[in-house]
Parts: sequence; structure tokens; C-alpha cells
Amino acid sequence: MEFKTILFYIFSAVTVIAALRVITARNPVHAALFLVLAFFNVAALWMLLQAEFLALALIMVYVGAVTVLFLFVVMMLDINIERIRQGFWNNLPLGALVGLLMVGEMTVVLSGRYFGLANLPPQNMPANYSNTKELARLLYTDYAYPFEIASVILLVAIIAAVMLTLRRRKDNKAMHSSDQIAVKAKDRMRLVKMAPEVELPVAATKEGDQA
Amino acid sequence: MISLSHYLILAALLFAIGMVGIFLNRKNLIVLLMAIELMLLAVNLNFVAFSHYLNDLSGQLFVFFILVVAAAESGIGLAILVVLFRNLSSIDVEELDTLKG
Repeated sequence: MEFKTILFYIFSAVTVIAALRVITARNPVHAALFLVLAFFNVAALWMLLQAEFLALALIMVYVGAVTVLFLFVVMMLDINIERIRQGFWNNLPLGALVGLLMVGEMTVVLSGRYFGLANLPPQNMPANYSNTKELARLLYTDYAYPFEIASVILLVAIIAAVMLTLRRRKDNKAMHSSDQIAVKAKDRMRLVKMAPEVELPVAATKEGDQA
Repeated sequence: MISLSHYLILAALLFAIGMVGIFLNRKNLIVLLMAIELMLLAVNLNFVAFSHYLNDLSGQLFVFFILVVAAAESGIGLAILVVLFRNLSSIDVEELDTLKG
């Protein structure tokens, strides 16, 4: 057996086991950590497929950002695990039936007899081929417009996440800067016409001096 | 020799695991989101495998865009989850019936 074949079977076995543990783990923190394991192994599989840039991007984006976000949320929420686990296996028969049916059908269809998928040779690139460079060339020429749309999607996601979780405090004493700028001199000082004050009697001031 | 169908069957397995996860975790919205991430990962694995065996880099660019959308999705999903937990003190999917759907 070729060395790459052994690697493929090791990585895919670990991926499948980690994925199974993600959906069955008792503690959501463990589920998030098994998700990290699954992502690492799929990144290794992508390395075998010579998609180096995407493999590294997967590790950075998913392991570095998304699963850390999951861990943050898991630790922020106070979840009662016992209540969550009640009736956990009730839906297993239906779910396992649908899942096994799907895997069985896909295996029959994809096992290579019908589409000649087994005959497709892997494309091995020369050693000086740069996957990142080729991706970048394609991304900034043919896919420049989708690339910009993707950046707008990320911006929308940032703003939406901030606006959803922003909580305005009721006892906040901060000024509105727009109100502060729009203020006029007329609003700041009010001139009031009133009758002149009557001076105090002389006797009262003398008493005050003695005291 | 590893052929394309090996990768496709692995991706089918991952996708089915993600779907069974959605069936099982009816009371835990966080693990539900993780199962969705697993399904997206299976789809990405398909794209990369096809891109390698058909020698066409467009498949890898699609994975790039799916990664962007999936990151945005999980960010907004977790934000909604936090707001939901603040209001309901629960992340049980079966309690989300205020719309009487």
C-alpha cells in the first residue's frame, strides 16, 4: 500500500470518529474541541489533495476563529447539561435510518462503477507549482467581483453581530454627541426679564455684622 | 491508489453524521450549529476533491467563498443564540414556539 493511501485512511478515520463525538458529546465544550480535531484532519486531507492554501486557511479561520467563538458562547451561557440530555437518544432511530440510507445510496452511486470516478487520475503538479499563486491569480482576475461581495458579506456579518448583542444600559449618563454639536447659544442661556430685587433693610445687615 | 470516489464517500459520511447530529441535538442549539458546520465541511471536501481530480481551480475558489459565508453564518447564529438565551434563559429548540408555527 502506498504511503499516501495509509495517510488518507488514518486521517479519514480520525475525522469520522471526531465528527461522531461532536454530535454525541455530553459537554458542549468537548463537542467544540472534537470539532477542532475534525477540522485539523480535514485540513490534512486537503493537503493530500494539494490544496495547501485552503488547508491553512481552514485551520486559521475555523480553528482560530469559529471554534473559539463557539467556546466563548458555550462558556458564556449557563447551560444545564442534565436537562439538555433528557430524551437525547429518542430521535436516534429516525436519524440513524435517514443517515444510513443516505450513506448507502451515496456509496452505491459513487463507488465508481457508474461514472468512472475511479478511473480519474489524480493531478500531480510539479514541485515548483504554487497553489496560492494560482488561486490568487484567479481570485483577482476572474473572481474579483465575487471577492468584493464576499468582503461586503463579512462587513454585514460584523455589524449584524454587534447590533444584535449590543445592550443599551438604562442608567447610562453619556451625552449624545450629535445633540451636543447641534446646540445653539439660544438653548444654552436664557435671558429673563424680571423685577429688580428689593434691598434688605439696614437693621438686618447690622445684626449680621454683630453675629 | 486513492480515487475520487474515496473522498466523495468520506464526504457523504461526514454529511450524514452532521444530519444525524441535527436529529439528535434537538435541545442544544450550540451543537446544532456545530452539526451545520460539519455538513458545510463535507461539502467543501467534495469541492476540493473535484477540483484536484478535474484539475480545475474554480472548485477551490468556491470553497473560499463558502468559508466566508459559513464564518458569517456562524457569527450571526451565535449572536442570535446569545440574545435568545438572554430573553428565554434556554437554548432548547423545542421551546422556540412563540410564532406557533
